[in-house]
Amino acid sequence: MAMDEIVDGMSEVSCDVLVIGGGTAGPMAALKAKLRNPKANVVLLEKANVKRSGAISMGMDGLNNAVIPGYATPEQYTKEITIANDGIVDQKAVYKYAQNCYGIIEELDSFGIRFLKNENGDYAVKKVHHIGTYVLPMPNGDTVKKALYRQLRRARILISNRYMATRLLTGSDGRVAGAISVNTRTAELLVIKAKAVILCMGAAGRLGLPTSGYMFGTYENAANSGDGYAMAYHAGAALANLECFQINPLIKDYNGPACAYVAGPFGAYTANNEGSRFIECDYWSGQMMLEFYNELLSGKGPVFLQLKHLHEKTIEEIESTLHKVERPTRGLFQKGRGNDYRTESIEMHISEIGFCSGHSASGVFVDDFARTTVPGLYAAGDMASVPHNYMLGAFTNGAVAGTDAMEFADNHDFADFDAADVAKERDRVMAPTRRDDGIPPNQIEYKARRLVNDYLQPPKVTRKFELGQRRLAEVREDMEQRMIARNSHELLRALETQSILDCADMAAHSSLYREESRWGLYHLRTDFPEKDNENWFCHTLLSKKDGRMTSEKRDVQPYVVPIADDEKDLYDKQRIRATA
Amino acid sequence: MPLATYQTSVPVVVDDAKCIADKGCTVCVDVCPLDVLRISDMTGKAYMAYDECWYCMPCEADCPTGAVTVNIPYLLR
Repeated sequence: MAMDEIVDGMSEVSCDVLVIGGGTAGPMAALKAKLRNPKANVVLLEKANVKRSGAISMGMDGLNNAVIPGYATPEQYTKEITIANDGIVDQKAVYKYAQNCYGIIEELDSFGIRFLKNENGDYAVKKVHHIGTYVLPMPNGDTVKKALYRQLRRARILISNRYMATRLLTGSDGRVAGAISVNTRTAELLVIKAKAVILCMGAAGRLGLPTSGYMFGTYENAANSGDGYAMAYHAGAALANLECFQINPLIKDYNGPACAYVAGPFGAYTANNEGSRFIECDYWSGQMMLEFYNELLSGKGPVFLQLKHLHEKTIEEIESTLHKVERPTRGLFQKGRGNDYRTESIEMHISEIGFCSGHSASGVFVDDFARTTVPGLYAAGDMASVPHNYMLGAFTNGAVAGTDAMEFADNHDFADFDAADVAKERDRVMAPTRRDDGIPPNQIEYKARRLVNDYLQPPKVTRKFELGQRRLAEVREDMEQRMIARNSHELLRALETQSILDCADMAAHSSLYREESRWGLYHLRTDFPEKDNENWFCHTLLSKKDGRMTSEKRDVQPYVVPIADDEKDLYDKQRIRATA
Repeated sequence: MPLATYQTSVPVVVDDAKCIADKGCTVCVDVCPLDVLRISDMTGKAYMAYDECWYCMPCEADCPTGAVTVNIPYLLR
């Protein structure tokens, strides 16, 4: 058989709980679902291979948001994230995370993932945020995926690798009924009926085009092409605050952080070309990114991470973390450029745009039980709307989703779906393979993402967005009418391109809807430059209604932890002011 | 429209002398998040079939014989 030859076939299986995405949240959701009902069938579906998939493919250097007794309280953390996310937070989910995450840290510890401890045996938490102390280094963070995989095998979770989910199935009552997926090596379809479905499909990280021009050189794992966002949308689920883009400060040309979270606690800091600090705090907020962006444009750029003033031993320790976990090719990149942290500062730049609640707040809307607006459908991790939830949030909220989804499955039978929906989806999926001539997916993807950079990148200009929408509509027509896939691997890319274009459309639509500026650079609208609390102190929910993309407002739920008036703008004061 | 083949220098390099894919090993192909590695019909060895790399390293880290080297793609080197 020729490489990646297309096999025309379809089969159907069923399970109690289907978890889609085996990165961070997914494995934890699957484990907790199985723990809740050991007799039930839990399937973990993964586009790549669970052993090495997702944002933490090579592990992680630390927890960015650990709420550890003695260092921080759930109240303090909830307050910090509320202020960092400009007040637009349903605190219940954040507060629940803050209460649960310590238990998850202890559980991860029992899996064999070590966290940094001091000489007294206490967790050695570091301060990076504006107010509180939440950053906990992981000296053997490279072992995370292996440790998770062991647990999945032990719990007898059914793992299906190399299946890309394309659409959710819903019953006539609107309840989730399962999902349709495609084998990425053979293009065979697999229909999975399920009583409950948990989406853990990561960020929409292949939306903007990196400045290097290399399509797969994105900040997020390039496999995270926003498939979960697209699937939730087409199933009728609401997506929250998509205009709150993810933009990150990274090493210039390289797609990893420099990384101030790791090096900051040792005394490194972000500085301009004059060697001066210009931001108060390195925690990634939209407000901080705006100061970063302003500095780059001010003539005082480039911006650098400064660490050459540190002691040799300290630099060695920083290097051993930065070059071993999360993005280990960082060391290779610096070596290739002849950059030595001892003699040279690290040039930084801002990344392409994406959706990610792990870092900002753009995600599929979920409540404090990880429930989406579609009954039986859950979401967790980077793609779910709990703001700034990072890796520990993916684990913690994944656990919440797994437990609640199994409870739902225990109390519901399979929802009936229309066989015509499957036939329709099969036609849609296979369409690029049935054309003899046309445009390959990589060209359509490149063009869509180039348009995202040209028209949708902040600062957001209304006229540019409208032009961008027109151009993107033209690309969509090409995609729907002319895209070809000559083998199953190209079909995988073709399907990802469809997710990317859906996300681009959602990014444009949601950004135009919110007629104010908020979250610093993430939603900086030149035509509405001010924050407008009177009209826009609310979430925006985007969804598909009668086949059309619509947006509406949703009230911010009453705070659990009150924020004093003089605390509300703490994150707006990022720029260091000259003091006498 | 006719299609052309596009030349690209791929970041992942496999040392054929060390690679044991011809003995049945598929570790690097299995772990790749972007699914860009394949076993060659001609040589029986692993190689990068698609230049869609996140240079994330599982292929190099998990290779049992140290045959795989991940380089930074030229465009961002």
